[in-house]
Amino acid sequence: MSEQVWVVLQHREGKLHRMSKEAIAAGQRLAGEIGGTVSGVLLGSGLGDLVAQASAFDLATLYTVDDSALQDYNPGAYVAALTPAIREQAPAFVVFPHTYQSVDYFPRLGQALDAALVPEVIGFENGADGLIWQRPILGGKLQARVRVKTSGTVLLSVQSGAFPADGAAAGQADVEPLPSVPSGLTSDREILEVQQVGDDQVDLTKADVIVAIGRGVGGADKVESLRELAKVLGADIGASRPVIDNGWLLDADGNVERERQIGSSGQTVAPKLYIAAGISGAIQHLVGMKGATCIVAINKDATAPIFNIAHYGIVGDLHEIVPALTEAVAAVKG
Amino acid sequence: MRIAVCIKQVPDTEARLRVAKDGKWLDEEDLRFVINESDEYAVEEALTWAEKTGGEVVIISLGPARVQEALRKGLALGAAKAIHLVDEAYQGGDARATAVALAAAIQNEGADLVLTGSQSDDVGYGSTASLVAGHLGWPHAWLVMGLEVEEGGATAKVTREMESGMNEVFRLTLPAVIEVQAGINHPRYASLKGIMKAKRKPIDKPTPAELGLDAASLGAAGSHLEILEIAFPDSGDGAQMIEGDAAAAAKELVEKLQKEARVL
Repeated sequence: MSEQVWVVLQHREGKLHRMSKEAIAAGQRLAGEIGGTVSGVLLGSGLGDLVAQASAFDLATLYTVDDSALQDYNPGAYVAALTPAIREQAPAFVVFPHTYQSVDYFPRLGQALDAALVPEVIGFENGADGLIWQRPILGGKLQARVRVKTSGTVLLSVQSGAFPADGAAAGQADVEPLPSVPSGLTSDREILEVQQVGDDQVDLTKADVIVAIGRGVGGADKVESLRELAKVLGADIGASRPVIDNGWLLDADGNVERERQIGSSGQTVAPKLYIAAGISGAIQHLVGMKGATCIVAINKDATAPIFNIAHYGIVGDLHEIVPALTEAVAAVKG
Repeated sequence: MRIAVCIKQVPDTEARLRVAKDGKWLDEEDLRFVINESDEYAVEEALTWAEKTGGEVVIISLGPARVQEALRKGLALGAAKAIHLVDEAYQGGDARATAVALAAAIQNEGADLVLTGSQSDDVGYGSTASLVAGHLGWPHAWLVMGLEVEEGGATAKVTREMESGMNEVFRLTLPAVIEVQAGINHPRYASLKGIMKAKRKPIDKPTPAELGLDAASLGAAGSHLEILEIAFPDSGDGAQMIEGDAAAAAKELVEKLQKEARVL
């Protein structure tokens, strides 16, 4: 029997998560590499149209679990539903989208199966000693090449953007219930509510120009020069996570402007011009802004990963460069 | 409540990083180490809840001798005691092997709640504490931005980050492993008095045998993963770098944004 690759699909409000398609693309590539087949796994309650969405890919089988304990995501029921099937069918690889949901439970699944975990994969190659996985380390400053040295199923999550969704081949999958799902699945979380973080009035997704502030700014009292640059550019202010966590970006009432956070836990933006000042470029930030048409990076560290995706870069002290830039912009905008 | 908090000492990512000669990890000579950012928030959260419930905090870390400095800092902030998994057999493991050791230390110590950061700033597996929860058979939550211990420690109300600026609020039963996100609170600074008191607080260094562990399940021997090589990434096309003093660079950039990129 050929080796199997499974892809566990994430969804929300009746739609497949964008990164589920990227995970399918990764699974298909992986199956091609090892000469195996790829199947999808869809868990939820009242799956309905999701089955049609998920089976429209080139998958050998779409396995489904439709159970009321899976109505709201919870690690207890997810791990309990998946464990026996993976143990018995022993797929070579199970691919997850690297999302806040997957990473909440797939290590737990790994523990239950004693399976190897490779989180945040951004690429792989097939070498003499088997598959070598690439993943970012040290905030994306470096990358590691890692190998699984034990045998058995490997669980991996694929980082956003590493395997583009348009690489997911379409097709028509056979739909089957996932085998060996135990009866009496129960949730280990009592879901109380879902909240919007901060002020939902701030919508950076439509901004044409964004001045984004990073940790390199150095303090709440040092933000003013960036606000001045934003003013002459007619730009919106955004920030990376550390700036928000440190409480450096405050509104007129002294409240932290968390709604201006850009990145995987904040907004995803695609302006014409994005000026990243003092942002090193951790992958969690990059996924939220790499769609910008033109990216300018200003950072004192010439090895900062932001320079890899920026179009223009200036190495230096942002507190010198930003005021100079404000002046230069003002001169041409008059 | 007795609260165990697991911390990791990591290289300061703001520091200049150099790859070691063997290519497998960083050259640690002259490298500055700090407490992992999200773990600092976990320490604060642990101290807060220990104070509110009249309990105490035990701070646990796995790593070489240098980690003692991080543990001393945790003691200075108010932890009652520290556990340092410093034995050679514990070192060099992946999330699997590290979790085996941490879970055994927690079990040995006894805890009503385990707090830790969501992800290390060095290898960044984001998995270790969830594996610890699995070994303990406790519920867990990753990326926690709010914690309220309820019912005298029977349950906890947890606010967890989701994507796209949403949070999910749910209740789970304690004991549990709570993996906090940076930004959940405002970490305190150590007082001089705290630093002085910390010098007399105990740091236990249990061996694998004392925790009932087989060395084969620990460190590199107990790991699924092996790091073959680390490297700075290819810069791809990379940015067009603009040189010169601030005024000259700013002027050139504006010109390029107008005439080349046409975004201004």
